[in-house]
Amino acid sequence: MTFTVPPELEAELNELVTHYPQKRSASLMFLHAIQEHFGHISPEAVDYIARKLDLKPINVWELVTFYPMFRQHPAGRFQFKVCRTLSCALGGSHKLYHHLCEKFGLDPHQHGLQTTADGRFSVEFVECLASCGTAPVMMCNEEFHQGVSNEKADSIIAQCPSK
Amino acid sequence: MPQEYRLILKQVDAPGYTPDIECYLRHGGYEALRKGLTLPTKELPEGKKMSPQEQIRDEVLKSGLRGRGGAGFSCGLKWSFVDRKSGKPIYLICNADESEPGTFKDRQIIHKDPHQLVEGMILSCFANDVKLAYIYIRGEMPEGARILNRALKEARAKGFLGKNILGTGYDLEIHVHRGAGAYICGEETGLIESLEGKRAYPRIKPPYFPAVLGLYMSPTIVNNVETLAAVRHIVSMGAAEFAKLGTPNNTGTRIVSISGHVKRPGYYEIEVGKATLGELIFHENFGGGLREGRTLKAVIPGGSSAKVFKAGEKFKLRRKGADGQMTAVDVDLLDIPYDFDSVQQAGSMSGSGAIIVMDDTTDIVEALSNLSDFYAHESCGQCTPCREGSLWMSKALHRMTTGQGRRQDADYLLHIGQNIQGRTICAFGEACSWPVLSFVKKFKEEFEARGAADEARAAAGNPGASRPHA
Ligand SMILES: Cc1cc2nc3c(=O)[nH]c(=O)nc-3n(C[C@H](O)[C@H](O)[C@H](O)COP(=O)(O)O)c2cc1C
Ligand code: SF4
Ligand code: FES
Repeated sequence: MTFTVPPELEAELNELVTHYPQKRSASLMFLHAIQEHFGHISPEAVDYIARKLDLKPINVWELVTFYPMFRQHPAGRFQFKVCRTLSCALGGSHKLYHHLCEKFGLDPHQHGLQTTADGRFSVEFVECLASCGTAPVMMCNEEFHQGVSNEKADSIIAQCPSK
Repeated sequence: MPQEYRLILKQVDAPGYTPDIECYLRHGGYEALRKGLTLPTKELPEGKKMSPQEQIRDEVLKSGLRGRGGAGFSCGLKWSFVDRKSGKPIYLICNADESEPGTFKDRQIIHKDPHQLVEGMILSCFANDVKLAYIYIRGEMPEGARILNRALKEARAKGFLGKNILGTGYDLEIHVHRGAGAYICGEETGLIESLEGKRAYPRIKPPYFPAVLGLYMSPTIVNNVETLAAVRHIVSMGAAEFAKLGTPNNTGTRIVSISGHVKRPGYYEIEVGKATLGELIFHENFGGGLREGRTLKAVIPGGSSAKVFKAGEKFKLRRKGADGQMTAVDVDLLDIPYDFDSVQQAGSMSGSGAIIVMDDTTDIVEALSNLSDFYAHESCGQCTPCREGSLWMSKALHRMTTGQGRRQDADYLLHIGQNIQGRTICAFGEACSWPVLSFVKKFKEEFEARGAADEARAAAGNPGASRPHA
């Protein structure tokens, strides 16, 4: 796989480095920017970040494996993150999670992120999203949704373009 | 009648109020900054002088402001620990990691009134001679990060940030740094490691007190979003006025997040200690009570790490009598004033100000299992008791929720919990064991009955009526 960083992204990364007295500090922000662009963090991306920040690849790998938001494999184009934690659980988030899984033909009892065969949707449980008063809550990509009934979930899914 | 007192949330949710700087300026925004940065040097007796920076630090100390992030430590005192003689730069970090389950107050400030935080931060930085500061925001708030970046850009364009702020010669830069889904980044030394581009492994104290050896081994202040927003009001109204709000030793206002089984979950700003736990749950101005026909079972009073209260519990709280003497008085759970000291005297903590309410439909074993899963997932893994213990507890609880419990599981859980707390690098050890210790102790009959029933079923040759893990 070829790994080419477009100039705009490179410029964004160069700008990020200037925010810190020590380059290494920029690594989380680099990983976010790279994942946003490429969809996941590939070994090539790790090498690239390490080179750019004068680090060893292991210094970047240890972040990718520690921080739950970083993915080493592509996820679906629409990624649903349902809050699993107590207040949302009391408010029905597990029902919501089951509903999404059923709708997408995924297994609600399986652990971790699952993606539909066509690569369109992913579903996963995440921990408290800091909006416990509007349970159950979830994110669809960067968008945040609260008080998500099954009907509301259906209409959010219906708004995800198929191409 | 107990009511909200909106100081920090004054404009939040007001019709027509928007997060941009023009709107903020129309509502008196950045006047506190102007006031703080241009304070005249104060002449003290014996020819001593007090710089504007020292005056602001003094005001924050006198205001009695206590940190809103969890520990409730005096903000002014924390600032006084900063090593100002090291010759190294001093950093300030705003803790916007908001990830203690049950808590959703910082989100409101960040999304709806970001300039209030920025103004509070600039004042706090000025007071502590900080030239470079960061807002560490949790990764799952991408919209919040965008809003803050926009706010910082607007502030820069107006000369409130950057070089020579308001012509005073003071320079400051603030950047937004995003986390990536790890709860432990909320712990201040884990946060610092994370900001240095490493795994968020908390540092051991001593020697790594942030005020001396923080970011890049330099003196560093870490404060919560709401704490920094409060600084803006202290400068604006003065310490004495701020301290008139709330109750003695628990001054000002605080935003309480109420979630779970109440009719009106939401965020409510109160004068600290001017509403009781019962009022916050039941009064129509706050949680509005439980749903029809339900009764109260349990309350977590300060974020998921706080020890749970059981409905009907009674406590002995220390109170000052009319004669000025301290006496112990009996107080019912629902009559505990919601302030730092009272909740602590009742054996728990008001922590991040998050109240989670559970009614009688709650399966208490399930509820604890849910929380234990959270902690097992979030342990950073540095300390053996925490890494292993949090997992053992969640596994045992998982068994109990899938029909494979044992009678002795209750004691087993207590045993593990007792062996974690106090034996770890950071306070996560307490955070993960306190829910287990308190749930199991206070609801022991339920845990034992569950285990006994599963054992009886297994003995009858019908093990594991495997209920799917909710
Ligand atoms: C496990 C753990 C998680 C924490 N999470 C947060 C958090 O999400 N937000 C926060 O402001 N403080 C959090 N804290 C508290 C911080 O370590 C620190 O005390 C706080 O940010 C200080 O700010 P304050 O003095 O203004 O309260 C956490 C502490 C621990 C031990
Ligand atoms: S107590 Fe837990 S979270 Fe804290 S440093 Fe130890 S292993 Fe990490
Ligand atoms: S428990 Fe779901 S947002 Fe907090």
